[in-house]
Amino acid sequence: MTVTAAFFYLFATITVASGFMVIASRNPVQSVLFLILAFVNAAGLFLLMGAEFLAMILVIVYVGAVAVLFLFVVMMLDVDFAALRQGFLQYLPVGGLIGVIFLLELVLVVGAYAVDPALVRSPGVPIPAPDVMTNTEALGQVLYTRYFYFFQAAGLILLVAMIGAIVLTLRERVGVRRQNITMQNNRTQDTAVEVRKVPFRQGI
Amino acid sequence: MVIGLGHYLTVAAVLFTLGVFGIFVNRKNVIVILMSIELILLAVNINMVAFSTHLNDIVGQVFALLILTVAAAEAAIGLAILVVFFRNRGSIAVEDVNMMRG
Repeated sequence: MTVTAAFFYLFATITVASGFMVIASRNPVQSVLFLILAFVNAAGLFLLMGAEFLAMILVIVYVGAVAVLFLFVVMMLDVDFAALRQGFLQYLPVGGLIGVIFLLELVLVVGAYAVDPALVRSPGVPIPAPDVMTNTEALGQVLYTRYFYFFQAAGLILLVAMIGAIVLTLRERVGVRRQNITMQNNRTQDTAVEVRKVPFRQGI
Repeated sequence: MVIGLGHYLTVAAVLFTLGVFGIFVNRKNVIVILMSIELILLAVNINMVAFSTHLNDIVGQVFALLILTVAAAEAAIGLAILVVFFRNRGSIAVEDVNMMRG
């Protein structure tokens, strides 16, 4: 067994096992942590396939941003998660049946699958050899030229998602005193200071 | 032993099935459902990269990158909706989501 095969089986086993634990563990915080483990091991699979840039992006974007966002939300919401697990065993037979059927079909498709030789002969943009060009550079040369509009659309999607998330979660709290800088700067001496004539030996 | 396309496709198929299975068995917990969707998208990404390597075509990796973008946006929006819903109802159970019922 070569080193590559050993690493493939290591990463694949941990990915699948932690994927199972994501849906099976009782505590959602543990689910999120297993999700992180699954993503890291999937990044290892990407590395084995030669997609270094995507592997690093997976670690940075998913583990660094999305999974931590999940963790924030799980810890922020005060939810009785035990009550949410009621009916887990009730749905288990139907879900298991559908899952098994689905997996069988997918494995049958994968087993009977063969690539059309015409496709292999004429790749759209061939992957350059690693000693000629790094994976990041090769990806950039395609992404910023042929797929530039897709790249822009991806940026637009992220912008819309950001604005949407902010608009959804922003709320105006009532009864909160907050600093109004314009009002502060517009105060003049006339409105702020009052000059009184104080009679001798009497107070105000 | 050579690790080929079929191995990666099998891993992706198992992950995809786990995602679908997770949606079925955790029908009450929206957070776990969102995590299952992330698992499904990860499986699709593994498929994309495996075919990209096998066909010697880098376009598959470009599209995997785009899927990653959409998945991140989906997670952000989904969690934002979840937070707003929890603020309004004090619960995240799926069967409580009936405010738009006529």
